[in-house]
Amino acid sequence: MKRYALLLALTSAIPSLASAEGSNAFNPDIALILSGTYGQFQHDPAGYAIPGVPLTADSGPGERGFTLGESELSMSANIDPDWYGLLTFAMAGDNTTSVENAYVQTTSLGNGVTVRGGRFFSGIGYLNEQHAHTWDFVDTALPYRAFLGTQYKDDGVQLRWVAPLDLFTEFGAEWLNGSNFPAGGSANNGRGAWSTYVHVGDDVGDSNSWRAGLSYLATKAVDRNTISVNPANDDLFTGTSKLLVADFVWKWAPMGNATQRNFKLQAEYLHVNNDGDFTPAGGTVIPYDGKNNGWYVQGIYQFMPRWRIGLRHDQIRTNDPGIAFTGTVLDPQGHNPSRNSLMLDFSNSEFSRLRLQFNRDESALVADNQWFLQYQMSLGAHGAHQF
Amino acid sequence: MKMLLKLFVTLSLLMALQPASAQLHVFACEPEWAALVHELAGDTAEITTATTAYQDPHQIQARPSLIAKLRRADLAVCSGAGLEVGWMPMLLRQAGNDAVQPGRPGYFEAAMQVHRLEVPNTVDRAMGDIHPEGNPHVQMDPRRMATIATALTERLKQIDPAHTADYTARGADFSKRWQAAMIAWESKAKPLHGTRVVVHHRGWVYLFDWLGLQEAGDLEPKPGVPPSAGHLAELKTELATHPARMVIYAAYQDERPAQWLSHETGMPAVKLPFTVGGSDGAKDLFGLFDDTLDKMMGALHESH
Repeated sequence: MKRYALLLALTSAIPSLASAEGSNAFNPDIALILSGTYGQFQHDPAGYAIPGVPLTADSGPGERGFTLGESELSMSANIDPDWYGLLTFAMAGDNTTSVENAYVQTTSLGNGVTVRGGRFFSGIGYLNEQHAHTWDFVDTALPYRAFLGTQYKDDGVQLRWVAPLDLFTEFGAEWLNGSNFPAGGSANNGRGAWSTYVHVGDDVGDSNSWRAGLSYLATKAVDRNTISVNPANDDLFTGTSKLLVADFVWKWAPMGNATQRNFKLQAEYLHVNNDGDFTPAGGTVIPYDGKNNGWYVQGIYQFMPRWRIGLRHDQIRTNDPGIAFTGTVLDPQGHNPSRNSLMLDFSNSEFSRLRLQFNRDESALVADNQWFLQYQMSLGAHGAHQF
Repeated sequence: MKMLLKLFVTLSLLMALQPASAQLHVFACEPEWAALVHELAGDTAEITTATTAYQDPHQIQARPSLIAKLRRADLAVCSGAGLEVGWMPMLLRQAGNDAVQPGRPGYFEAAMQVHRLEVPNTVDRAMGDIHPEGNPHVQMDPRRMATIATALTERLKQIDPAHTADYTARGADFSKRWQAAMIAWESKAKPLHGTRVVVHHRGWVYLFDWLGLQEAGDLEPKPGVPPSAGHLAELKTELATHPARMVIYAAYQDERPAQWLSHETGMPAVKLPFTVGGSDGAKDLFGLFDDTLDKMMGALHESH
């Protein structure tokens, strides 16, 4: 009798349990990235400038002391058989929250076509689409910082097409609002930027794989602020910025098994042309046609499980726009900006990482030695990362 | 911009003009599923295997080559149950292939066809990289493999009805050969029943379930966390009071922790294929079990 009662209790308990799980099962995947950085700079990063390069507020080298780095909360799920959606909030150290990504994308168009709409990181280059917590260094590459204000994010639509070939070949095009640096002011009725890119990639044997890309981003700016040493007196730029990016990534792991040892080589070249009118703070309009370029190369080696070491070199070449710009932020002052970085990180599991990094930053006029200590933790749903 | 659109249209037209291939393109996440599809579909299927026996299926990069292959697949066959959660969703979102999206007939999850073990009551990452859906490494139980083969045959017929008769015949033939092989394996493996075995990763529960083996410990302190010196020392102490007969590890795993424990305790360390291609003997699914049992029986005799 007792046994029967127990059985009855069990069977009656099962449906309620199942229904609770049933309603939860439709909740989106929630992934939380907790990240924090300690930064030590010899020179105050607030006064940072790269002579000859128009910068934005996000072009700085980081913050002094303890800061909440790029902590993020993201939710994603399939919406219905035809749509996938994702929302990512980024939490900054100054108690502000911003919408980093919020987009929907098709899953059922087939024929290799995917359409995305909303706010997203543009697919240009290699680093641009990578979230901060997947970077191999605390900070992004110098040309990205200088020319894109870390990374280009905007509202708009994106079309991608993967060709039905053995060689991975992907074409992409984006129409964007043009509200973020290097765009500004949402020119053209909020169609102030567009981009197009092609990616190719393949494996070489079991141990090697690579991807290469070529991208073009054209943006319009209306009264775009350029950060000068005194932020109260911003310089203004109105015109177009055209950016060309060539990117290359090579990954090696013995027999394709990355758990023990692996190596990643990554290099990108960026060329930017700002063409329009420049108004220095308190000055008069000067016609400006400036071409700058930059590149970086970095290698990351996991020499044993959990431990990785990384080396990076960044460089920017500025062109002198002429005597009219003497004394403005666009005067290169004969300086060749560059930076070298060394990184060591330890991953307790694939969900947690601690990192130590040293930068010898010679991008500003005065060279700076920078130390960073960072933690990056990933909680909740297991995220899938891009190549 | 117009140039790009023109290129787009031209390329799309070119693709449309190409004669449709009669072959079924299959994307297999792991080698065991490629081998199973080959048994069930033969040359009707052109099979791409995303991983090899020397790669950890938990930790695969969403490589460009895999996107290109998934783009053209009519059917994706994976372990599922969260094993490929770190890379398959990214491939699915990038490939733009509607046929193989989850929920479509073209997406086949082997582990979801069978009763799974170790389905956790509570899920906490403090327990390591565990899967809420249960243990996904179902390929090492031939009984479950038989169930999966039946379900996969049905799926092949659904996706490629033109070859229904072929799939039915091949499915029946495989089932006959598999049942006969299982009887032979079970009688051969009788001495292994009740044997205590140390494992590298909790990837063997289904083999243990089938053969009645007992798990004597894991080299990984938690699933997915690499073996540490402290944990291995603890394990050695525990094995001194409750000895085991062998320590087993998969072809893709670091052999050093198992070799160290073998050296310290005197029990043999056995490298097992874990999937098709993981050893010279594991050329197909039959060879996978033949070789696994040969090696375990060899170790059992050695440890006397």
